[in-house]
Amino acid sequence: MARKLLLEKAHVEGIRHFDVYRREGGYAAVEKALKMDPAAIVEEVKKSGLRGRGGAGFATGLKWSFLAKPEGVPRYLVCNADESEPGTFKDRYLMEFIPHLLIEGLIVSSFALGSNRTYIYIRGEYAWIVGILEQAIAEAKQNGFLGKNILGTGFDLEIYVQRGAGAYICGEETALIESLEGKRGNPRIKPPFPAIKGLWDCPTVVNNVETLAAVVPIMNLGGEEYAKIGVGRSTGTKLISACGNINKPGVYEIDMTISVEEFIYSDEYCGGIANGKKLKACIPGGSSVPILPANLLLKTAKGETRYMNYESLSDGGFATGSMMGSGGFIVLDEDQCIVRHTLTLARFYRHESCGQCSPCREGTGWMEKILHKIESGKGAMSDIDLLWDIQRKIEGNTICPLGDAAAWPVAAAIRHFRDEFEWHVNNPSLCLTQNYGLAHYADELSVVA
Amino acid sequence: MAEEIKKLKVTIDNITLEVPQGTTILQAARMIGGDVVPPAMCYYSKLQGSGGKCRTCLVEVSKGSEADPRPMPKLVASCRTGVMDGMEVKNITSPKVIDARNGVVEFLLLNHPLDCPICDQAGECHLQDLGYEHGKEATRYEFKRRTFDKHDLGPYIQLHMTRCILCYRCVFTADQVSNKRVHGVLSRGDHAEIATYIEKSLDNDFIGNVIDVCPVGALTDKTFRFKNRVWFTKPVNAHRDCKCCSGKVTLWQRGEEVLRVTARKNQWGEVEKWICNECRFEKKKVSDWVIEGPTHVNRHSVISQGHYEKMKKPTETFSKVHDGRKPKLLMDIHSVSEVNDPSIDLSAINGPATSKVFEHSKKQS
Repeated sequence: MARKLLLEKAHVEGIRHFDVYRREGGYAAVEKALKMDPAAIVEEVKKSGLRGRGGAGFATGLKWSFLAKPEGVPRYLVCNADESEPGTFKDRYLMEFIPHLLIEGLIVSSFALGSNRTYIYIRGEYAWIVGILEQAIAEAKQNGFLGKNILGTGFDLEIYVQRGAGAYICGEETALIESLEGKRGNPRIKPPFPAIKGLWDCPTVVNNVETLAAVVPIMNLGGEEYAKIGVGRSTGTKLISACGNINKPGVYEIDMTISVEEFIYSDEYCGGIANGKKLKACIPGGSSVPILPANLLLKTAKGETRYMNYESLSDGGFATGSMMGSGGFIVLDEDQCIVRHTLTLARFYRHESCGQCSPCREGTGWMEKILHKIESGKGAMSDIDLLWDIQRKIEGNTICPLGDAAAWPVAAAIRHFRDEFEWHVNNPSLCLTQNYGLAHYADELSVVA
Repeated sequence: MAEEIKKLKVTIDNITLEVPQGTTILQAARMIGGDVVPPAMCYYSKLQGSGGKCRTCLVEVSKGSEADPRPMPKLVASCRTGVMDGMEVKNITSPKVIDARNGVVEFLLLNHPLDCPICDQAGECHLQDLGYEHGKEATRYEFKRRTFDKHDLGPYIQLHMTRCILCYRCVFTADQVSNKRVHGVLSRGDHAEIATYIEKSLDNDFIGNVIDVCPVGALTDKTFRFKNRVWFTKPVNAHRDCKCCSGKVTLWQRGEEVLRVTARKNQWGEVEKWICNECRFEKKKVSDWVIEGPTHVNRHSVISQGHYEKMKKPTETFSKVHDGRKPKLLMDIHSVSEVNDPSIDLSAINGPATSKVFEHSKKQS
């Protein structure tokens, strides 16, 4: 049984309430942290090797140390709870079942960064979670863990919950800040980065829910002890939200040492492919990371076992690898059509593009139309090359990473499943009634030494 | 003790110059002029916060700075990236940039109606110039283009949203030049549009400037719509005493008739001084104005095609950019044609050159 740090107590009866959470050892991290020097906490997080859990995997301690600290200017911590990536629902689970863990993490992090006003920007669709969080904040305040002069240390902190209006783009940190300021959620042009000029032009740190919650076990265990969990630069535990054609979809906490094969097939986690089907492909980290066929998912191009951690999943770069991303594990079985699947994603990104910069605004719509054409049996061979060219011209040329996120799934689908696209073009009527099936996607790869 | 302003050294396409701190790459390139200036569709030096959206000005930074010589991983928007000391930038010398720019132009033209033959902006349209310089001869887009209905924004301005490239310039203008903004961007993605909420009219003394900043024909002057083509009109500098603005304008005349009044624009197509609605829309008689003389149009549009005196030619930087190498010719015309023999000084011939002139030179050589 893998070690659990975040969800260990998630199913204790009444854990949503302060009394129960406190009885189970909650808020010990706050008591410990407020006696420490803020810089020492940042140092502790650095030692822990914690990486951002929102998708990019940037070292959290390093991000915190970039925060500018000019005199007389307030600093802000913003918790990014705008979890909108298709396939990702780990933060929802965490906030819904164990909200005090997030509040505790926020208090420690706010103290470390010197933020006296901290915001939770939550996606509008999580309407019922807003109530849960606000109740947790009120309870923490009643018990002296929030408000003025917390635990007699002289540290003041208020946490506000702000609902978004349902835009994927507001999960991008600068767009989130714009939206929080009450403006249209357009990403800002970087530099300056939020660490210098963020919310209301003040230094700001934006972190994912899971990242901030992970600060609690780091405080409790100590950074070095936390770093021992996991493997290599993938330290600690990670929440994976598994969905798709598996027997047991849900949120799982893993310690990043298990293999992908074990994660999919063991009864402790996904419990194998549903209905006795075979695995065809999988997106290991949320909709925007490259999709991998079964053979490349379970083994790397070098023939080694692929593990559920940052390094192993990205082994081979985009040519033969993928990314850990936000941990939205989407499994596709042999009955799924990759073209249709890619079209669904392209439609999503087209709908969610903010329309600020031209490659993303126009390119996402164009890709969707071409994919729709291929899927409905009207495609031509040149359309596949055209798609490739369009994604190449979007990637890296946009203001924010949404352009990349829209380009990668299309690129990966063509890279690994080109023959399925070609089958659609060559069999225009057959592709409307039949699927390409598993084909050779689970075959053992010939390893080039 | 006067503090010395720190100068930063920057190299753009093999041309090095020193610029003051806070200069962006695009501004530095404009100081050089000529071929190395990246095109800009959304950036407007007089509007704070503009730029970074259209992505036509992408350049490659091959060396970050003297202190940190690593190249930047992605192409950067030159209009919003500050110059660092020792920075090396590649614009037209980078195939990556040319490729990306072609892509951006294709994206910009994707949903553009290309109705230049009936568009009032034709002839002074930045998108037309951009498409001419960087675009392809045909589109690869085979779907229905996005369209919008035309909207009247008050008595003077018409919005033709189908042509818009969402540069946000008019939004910034309304924010920074006029005192109340009633229009903005609604919706998102490829169905985002410039609009008022809902069906309001733009009513402000300076709102007419949005027509001048619009790089395409999305915002047009209703007093000039379909009156004439810009290349048939003659731009003339004029001024008048105006209570609310500088009163310095360009009149666009056909004969003695004033068809249109706009603000004066510099060589980058940017307004020099904002003008008020009264000057722009109400004063359409020559007697309202004190004429100063013909406008020198420097922008490389059809208007400037040698019609006017004192036309300034753009700086020729091509050989410098290519380290002294001559531009590659597709075909050396002199090797196939005797007519263009450079050894004959045509200006020395009395009267028009005839074949006899060349026969003569042939015998000599």
